[in-house]
Amino acid sequence: MSNVPGDLKYSKSHEWVRLEGEIATVGITDHAQRELTSLVFVELPKVGRAISAGESCAVVESVKAASDVYCPISGEVTEVNAELANRPELVNTDPYGAGWFFRLRVKDPNEISGLLDASAYSALVG
Amino acid sequence: MLKHTPLYERHVRLSAQLVDFGGWEMPLRYRGIIDEHLAVRRAAGLFDISHMGELIVKGPGAESFLNRVLTNNVAKLAEGQGQYTLMCNPEGWVIDDLYVYRLKGNEYLLVVNAVRVEADTEWLVQQLAEQPDLGAVWVENASEVFGAVALQGPAVAAFADEVVTGKSVAGTDVPKVTALQKNRVGQFMWSGTAIHVARTGYTGEDGFEIIAPAPLIGGIWDRALEVGKSFGLEPAGLGARDTLRTEMCYPLYGHELDESTTPIEAGLQRFVALDKGEFVGRARLAEQAVQGVSKKLVAFRLSDKGPPPRPGYALFAPGEPDQIGQVTSGTYSPSLGLGIGMGYVTPKHAVAGARLEIDVRGRRLESVIVPKPIYRKQVDPKMIS
Repeated sequence: MSNVPGDLKYSKSHEWVRLEGEIATVGITDHAQRELTSLVFVELPKVGRAISAGESCAVVESVKAASDVYCPISGEVTEVNAELANRPELVNTDPYGAGWFFRLRVKDPNEISGLLDASAYSALVG
Repeated sequence: MLKHTPLYERHVRLSAQLVDFGGWEMPLRYRGIIDEHLAVRRAAGLFDISHMGELIVKGPGAESFLNRVLTNNVAKLAEGQGQYTLMCNPEGWVIDDLYVYRLKGNEYLLVVNAVRVEADTEWLVQQLAEQPDLGAVWVENASEVFGAVALQGPAVAAFADEVVTGKSVAGTDVPKVTALQKNRVGQFMWSGTAIHVARTGYTGEDGFEIIAPAPLIGGIWDRALEVGKSFGLEPAGLGARDTLRTEMCYPLYGHELDESTTPIEAGLQRFVALDKGEFVGRARLAEQAVQGVSKKLVAFRLSDKGPPPRPGYALFAPGEPDQIGQVTSGTYSPSLGLGIGMGYVTPKHAVAGARLEIDVRGRRLESVIVPKPIYRKQVDPKMIS
């Protein structure tokens, strides 16, 4: 069973969001990292980039394949997790902690109500 | 409807992630590609290779016939010996790459790619009809009859004799399987039935391929896992098989080889016996051997950490605007911790040590052409001191 923390919001494409004031932290879920298997590379957006919800904003690569990561909420990138350049495996070992991807200053905090809560996401990934 | 090997239920029980590989539902990975890869390099891995094809060619004309349709020299094979070889069309393009074993007298076993079984069988039957002067030859597609497993890794020699016990009954005459030399094959008894054991593989490590009637393969798989467990043996999937072979620069049909590529372009000239007499494709291959080729296969690795190269990515030379080639196989190398790959480039750029740029999603990634294989086993200093 994959871990789905109760205090986060989720997208159907397996990203998570932690909203604190107007700053959202984004990563991929435990379920996603298990499906992808060991990550060997993570490509992150540039700081300052404005991203709309649903837009492709990062790429994760496992041994076998490259997969897109979609932005769950609109905003402007304020910070990226530079540590992932050297240690992409942090996404596998700590997807909701040290394996975070980037932070956004969100455009409209109300957008978050369109995302799934933990119980809805748990139901989605079975 | 995907085909299943005799080991399918075992893969499901092991919670393998399954993928479609040329119409076969095969395990991509069990524990994880990187872990399985490193297990094979450091200890041992067990692969299901039952999807591969087995063709039997036999009869008084078998040797002459095979020497007409294969590039390597079959006449050099003693009983119980095998060789890597290729099958080409008259243009010199590759129909398949395969292993041919001389089982006994004029009976040969061809181990071919899963995706090429039908194409190979059709080609052989057609060639047979066109060359009736060679003596009686029978070609049989026995792929449905056999299952197969590959036992690979430095630890395998320590326990293989406990997996398949006893002395050979045909082929190479040996008292036990670990007495087989590289590329040798012998028949051994398994619960009253003769099975084939060959000392070969597709990983660059020591190991065996065991080819047996399909109903027996499950028992062989179980026995290997049971006996090998304390030696670090674990099941390994197609993902690790691909990263292992890419590190060794072994070609994969559909990537480095296809019906628009010749063995000379692929750097496989040592498996083309131009001196053995006439064979299908010889004229074109002899011409290329003398006059050169228009593309050459090279191996490369990234200069730094970065996204792994993938098949289809464009290759460039630094400072030159035009594309010089394309990636055919690319992956992350678990042994080196870097992206690696192979690809065809224009011959003047095919120089070991030359820099290469790979286009990854519009960004240029720096890499360097390296001699093959990309990965070489380190000699442990403790072993020689």
